[in-house]
Amino acid sequence: MTIEIPLLILLVMTAAGAMLVKDLISSVFILGSYSFALSLVWALLGAVDVAFVEAVVGAGLATVFFLLTLFRTTEKDDVIRRPPVPWAAIIGLPLLGLLLLYGAGDLPAFGDVSSPASTHISPYYLENSVAQTRTPNVVTAVLMDYRSFDTFIETIVIFTAGIACALILRKGGE
Amino acid sequence: MSSFFVFVLVTLTMLMLVYLYRVIRGPSVFDRVLGLNGISTKAIVLLVLLGTMFERVDMFVDISTGYALLNLVGALAIAKFLEERGTSEK
Repeated sequence: MTIEIPLLILLVMTAAGAMLVKDLISSVFILGSYSFALSLVWALLGAVDVAFVEAVVGAGLATVFFLLTLFRTTEKDDVIRRPPVPWAAIIGLPLLGLLLLYGAGDLPAFGDVSSPASTHISPYYLENSVAQTRTPNVVTAVLMDYRSFDTFIETIVIFTAGIACALILRKGGE
Repeated sequence: MSSFFVFVLVTLTMLMLVYLYRVIRGPSVFDRVLGLNGISTKAIVLLVLLGTMFERVDMFVDISTGYALLNLVGALAIAKFLEERGTSEK
């Protein structure tokens, strides 16, 4: 589809702009627009739930948290001082990108029905999830039953991060 | 019909690029804030259009509503920040 190309241009431009802009608050704004573009890409790929999380957390909450952080830090780090880029990064990172593109060439195409994931795992879940888990929604069954430990530990991680944020951001007290 | 939607989508994305120029180059903070708000309104319309293309408008309307609500919260946070910190950069 032709809509993907301008969206990807938008994504790359916002990512580069967030790194190259001079002051931190503008960087936060550009990062917000990066999240908008990324959420549109997710929606285009059909991952509506991921798009929703990206829109809510990436574009909304992260902007607010970044602004809170800027608000509570001193004026000293308002302007980014950028050291010169080392030669190893200039040579190594494009090589790493080429390696990743080479690896991505072997991946099955998006929505390919003969890919391993569509021939082995997905039919099993679709056929057996109702009988095994008594859950009408397949995505919920995979998330909460087949991968319950994964989800459980993810919840622990997010809960710990929330406690840490609350401890750092609370007002007064040592 | 579908090609019309694709045309509208591409046009709106191009408009987002115009706003993005103002966000990145904009001399003052207010230019960047207005540019970001413009981008977010285009993103809301784009999401509903995508939902119409995929014929799942009900889900995409939820996302765009969440977008719009949190965009308001973000705009308020930015406004509060600018009010208390002031605009030092020119």
